[in-house]
Amino acid sequence: MNWPHWIVVPIVLPLLAGAALLLAERSRPALAARLSLAATAAQLLVSIGLAAQSADGSVRAYLLGNWSAPFGIALALDRLSALLLVLTGVIALAALAYAVAGDAKSRVDLRGPHFHALFQFQLMGLAGAFLTADLFNLFVFFEVLLIASYGLLLHAGGAARLRAAIHYVSFNLAGSALFLVAVSALYGIAGTLNMADLAQRVAQLPPESAALARSAGLLLLVVFCVKAALLPLYFWLPATYSAATAPVAALFAIMTKVGVYAVARMYTLVFGADGGPVADLASPWLPVLGLATIALAAVGSLAARSLRRLIGYLVIASAGTLLLALGLGSRATVGAALFYLVNSSLVVAVLYLLADRIGEQRGEHGDLLAPGPFGAERNLLGAAYFVAAIAVCGLPPLAGFLGKSLLLVAARDTGHAAWVWAIVLASSLAITVSLVRAGSRIFWKPIEPALPAAATATSSVQAMALGWLFGALLINAAAAGPLARFTGAAAEQLFERRPYIDAVLGAQPVPAAVPIREILGGRPAKDEP
Amino acid sequence: MTVEFVLAIGLGVLTAAGVWLLLRERVFDVIVGLTLLSYAVNLFIFLTGRVRPGRPPIVESGLAPTLAHYADPLPQALVLTAIVISFAMTALILVIALRARAETGSDHVDGAEPADDAAGQRER
Repeated sequence: MNWPHWIVVPIVLPLLAGAALLLAERSRPALAARLSLAATAAQLLVSIGLAAQSADGSVRAYLLGNWSAPFGIALALDRLSALLLVLTGVIALAALAYAVAGDAKSRVDLRGPHFHALFQFQLMGLAGAFLTADLFNLFVFFEVLLIASYGLLLHAGGAARLRAAIHYVSFNLAGSALFLVAVSALYGIAGTLNMADLAQRVAQLPPESAALARSAGLLLLVVFCVKAALLPLYFWLPATYSAATAPVAALFAIMTKVGVYAVARMYTLVFGADGGPVADLASPWLPVLGLATIALAAVGSLAARSLRRLIGYLVIASAGTLLLALGLGSRATVGAALFYLVNSSLVVAVLYLLADRIGEQRGEHGDLLAPGPFGAERNLLGAAYFVAAIAVCGLPPLAGFLGKSLLLVAARDTGHAAWVWAIVLASSLAITVSLVRAGSRIFWKPIEPALPAAATATSSVQAMALGWLFGALLINAAAAGPLARFTGAAAEQLFERRPYIDAVLGAQPVPAAVPIREILGGRPAKDEP
Repeated sequence: MTVEFVLAIGLGVLTAAGVWLLLRERVFDVIVGLTLLSYAVNLFIFLTGRVRPGRPPIVESGLAPTLAHYADPLPQALVLTAIVISFAMTALILVIALRARAETGSDHVDGAEPADDAAGQRER
């Protein structure tokens, strides 16, 4: 693992795989599915290797094209980036296996063109967003993952998806416009886009440009909350995610976490406690909006009329919980948030895949929360739903309970403790009620006669994909101690911004992995002018 | 000063028109609004390099390479990236809008004519 280029592999690998898949998809669909699976599995392995590297607590920086920081684009790997890379890999592998499962008629990836290429480009955007240490590059990777997500959302076509896509695309385009305004305003004031350099420079801004820097910082917060689905900006999410095909919705479970990641990064590094005139920019807003988001998401989950809409509100509730914990802003709450993030992303992915299986077995009733005849697999799907529901509403013994209790304990030392306890616990109760009601309507009130077993019974590969995610949930609960130590250390690392700044600004060029200039017959590369 | 004033007014007008169109109920208006908004954003990025007439960002011999003598080239590079992305996104949302019009039979942003003022729309 001492090869210096490992950091860039999670970005380059899906890029190359996606480009190859564009060529292979139409002519060799069987080969394309295997190639895509192999690339995703390789990405997961590399991410695990990077996580093992990051566990020693150092920040590793990498200079793209050997341009020295802050002039070129730098990548940086710390515990938080590595954790999210691994989580992305775990969910992506399950979603992809689910998409290629079954025979030619039921395979999700064959319902429209270019599924695998778009899937890989989405992974590239996710990995890039988690790794980059450059603000404009973060914008570019946001666009990469969004453009891929537009295509994935529309996969398999149909009026419902097109309706959802118009809202989703125009909303995100407006968000991207705000992102550009915020980034360029920060560049206009501070003269840099490198996050580490920016962190140093905004702390020393003269008072006359502090107001502009604060407004740029708050605009960035709005943009990240569009992606993360915070209160006034979440209305697009339930319709969009429930319109997407099941594996795509499962992958989107990690996409909302990109916004959470960006808030965690930017509002500790640049706009954190050491930010001088822009210090603690988000802390007046995030706890209040987070609590309101959780409360409204609980109401939404009670009112939802289909299982996938209900899961959409669970995504919003988990985003609200995460942003609340980030906004409380102590090391313990951020550590608890990162622990909770793992469980909530996994369980939402599980639920979207399960909702698809349930919908297949209930014929025309689909995933509507109304009693109706059920085909085969009722007991198995019911048991799986029961386990996932326990994990998502935060009941013991699974890790959702541990995440929420870590958060509640950590919130005792903050100013908002009473509100946090009241709203988080009450909304957990409301979500539990809505999950119980959904489960009893779907599984306990079957109308005779039972449907004949659906033509698309759960295939062995689909069962493996679900089993993989359930296994991850169980490991998450069984290994809660080590994971909580890791996320706690990741939170510590976020608040200790000096090592990050030193690692990025002091990054040294490394010899090229492929000496492309020599291969092409040009003059040899020189590191020093 | 006058150049900056004219550009600032233009930026404001573009943004205001873009936001107004973005809030309308027809997909075509929304797309034009997004386009105007992206023009405003591109102009804004360009202006963050400051307005400096007669100072191209090309290094000449004998003139120290500092921002006192040259325009900042980075916002111009950023604006190129932003233009490419917003252009591609406009094309994409146009295609989605056309497909949605064909599939749903409506160019309303919600994909269906609102029941109460459908008659009013036809009269216009």
